[in-house]
Amino acid sequence: MDRMPAWADAILVPLISLILAAALSALVIIGIGEDPIAAVKLMVAGSLGSTYGWGYTLYYATNFIFTGLAVAVAFHARMFNIGGEGQATLGGLGVALACLYIPWPHWSLAILAACGMAALFGAAWAFLPAYLQAKRGSHIVITTIMFNFIAAALLNYVLVNVLRPEGSMDPATARFPDAAKLPTLHELLAPLGIEFSRAAPANVSLVIAILACIFVYLLIWRTKLGYQIRALGHSEPAARYAGISPVKITIIAMLISGGLAGLMAINNVMGEAERLVLNAVEGAGFIGIAVALMGRNHPLGVFFAAILFGFLYQGGAELALWTSIPRELIVVIQALVILFTGALDNMVRMPLERLFLTFRRKGS
Amino acid sequence: MTRMQKFFGATAALALSAGAAMAEPALIFDLGGKFDKSFNEAAFTGAKAWADETGNSFREIELQSEAQREQALRRFAESGANPIVMTGFAFGDALGQVAPDYPDTKFAIIDMVVDAPNVRSVVFNEHEGSYLVGMMAAMASESGTVGFIGGMDIPLIRKFACGYVQGVKAVNADAEVIQNMTGTTPAAWNDPVKGSELTKAQISQGADVVYAAAGGTGVGVLQTAADEDILSIGVDSNQNYMHPGKILTSMLKRVDVAVYEAFTSGEDLETGINVMGIGNNGIGYALDEHNKDLITEEMKAAVDEAAAKISSGELVVHDYMADSSCPAE
Repeated sequence: MDRMPAWADAILVPLISLILAAALSALVIIGIGEDPIAAVKLMVAGSLGSTYGWGYTLYYATNFIFTGLAVAVAFHARMFNIGGEGQATLGGLGVALACLYIPWPHWSLAILAACGMAALFGAAWAFLPAYLQAKRGSHIVITTIMFNFIAAALLNYVLVNVLRPEGSMDPATARFPDAAKLPTLHELLAPLGIEFSRAAPANVSLVIAILACIFVYLLIWRTKLGYQIRALGHSEPAARYAGISPVKITIIAMLISGGLAGLMAINNVMGEAERLVLNAVEGAGFIGIAVALMGRNHPLGVFFAAILFGFLYQGGAELALWTSIPRELIVVIQALVILFTGALDNMVRMPLERLFLTFRRKGS
Repeated sequence: MTRMQKFFGATAALALSAGAAMAEPALIFDLGGKFDKSFNEAAFTGAKAWADETGNSFREIELQSEAQREQALRRFAESGANPIVMTGFAFGDALGQVAPDYPDTKFAIIDMVVDAPNVRSVVFNEHEGSYLVGMMAAMASESGTVGFIGGMDIPLIRKFACGYVQGVKAVNADAEVIQNMTGTTPAAWNDPVKGSELTKAQISQGADVVYAAAGGTGVGVLQTAADEDILSIGVDSNQNYMHPGKILTSMLKRVDVAVYEAFTSGEDLETGINVMGIGNNGIGYALDEHNKDLITEEMKAAVDEAAAKISSGELVVHDYMADSSCPAE
């Protein structure tokens, strides 16, 4: 055994990274002459202190769960899908088409169709990069990030020239009909006697996000396909030797990944805005990378990491509302957390691992 | 016991009335950011003037994302901020949703009409101001060709362009106006590099005065015009100081006045549609020490006469947004 225990890997490493990031953020806040303790209190109270705060935290978390799962699935096949942004953009287009042009009698039917369209559009957007990777060896990182730009340009064209209502100045679609309105947590929890804030945007999509977590767990660890994906990720020659087609598995893994990223649109487009606006994804596709890294590509880890990032987003918004900390600095704080939990992971892990090993040697 | 209750009742009433008197106004800036040297900054100037004058404070937020529009509105409304002023048409949809939920809070939205009993919709007669600066451009131009650079291609900016063209043609019917829009998305409000490229292209086509109605993109237009030694016209705020002697004038859209008035009237804010034009000092052109050598007596007289005629109703400048078309090209 030359490894540290699993609990340290899953809990201790992210925790220490978080504390480091928080300490550095505190220094930055002191540097501009604000009180870091008051800032933290405000962030916690604003994002976790009321059902209103929870409503926003969970709304952001729902977005990050979908994009985090998308990155995680692709990563099990050792592919780095950083096209979540574009796939979610296209998912939004799918949702908008499903909601605008078909008169749904009830939201439960509308959400099924919207999920289908969102996943289909997201997967379709991931198909070309996947095909190019599988058949031509064009690196997936390059192609997916380029597809983000193509997606933004495509959405821009469609919104401005096709879907924008006559006479409107906003590059956005019309509002979706009332029948396609998703119930918020307020409406879902009211029959159970739980009073939840009416204004918060968290909605039934959260339930779908949790179902998606379970689906990904079953897929990766309980199915033949998941085994093939992981086998390909660990070693392509070994997978080929075992009769697994790398081309097929690469494409399938990317389609599932793109579909999950696209599914995010039911939350932000259908659940919150109830119309498709430009830049509806707002970086959630990229946050998904940090969420997957921090969650160790495991659905449970992704779930908790997504809630952490939801907290950072909502807490950051509260800071912007009630303090004079400028918005650029709030991005700095969020970036520090991503930097420490994602990029500088080994900085914490390696010394910690050495520490555990020394203790073990002494013990034996 | 009853005395105790009375006491509590009285303190509660006191606290309530104190809270009502303390209600702070709030200002929400659009995604372009507070310091864009143009539209949002004008709003900030108005708010700051109010704060300096009264010694009171106000709340403000620069948005980071679309989802925050509704959030910021609700949070400010729930915290008791009154009135809540927001800059830009993009708030229209969110405000339409939020306003009915807070009937006791007054909202003011600039550049958009939202039909609700507690909303003041401030719209400007930009076509009138653009008409005036168009006249000046035509009088200052030697080549007989002037330019217009818009931000995002929306009806509002076409309204600027249409007024400008009418003003130019009123002075010189043979003058040519080159029109360009920077883009079709909100990114077009903050793309000074593209603004600079468009200016160069217009100069190569003979333009010697360019009018920028493009938010932050205009910074690039004014800079390039100054570098290439032609005249330019600023917009929204008074931008004359940015390149003294190179900026002919600025079309003033007094967003600062709108914000200042909203803050001053506080909770008694008059709702409904509020049209700001030349007649009520909502629109004008800038004349200060930076451009006084560029404006001749003759130009000033002609423009002031047109302004007087517009405010008396004798001269009507066509509004593009009234019928989505422009009589002059």
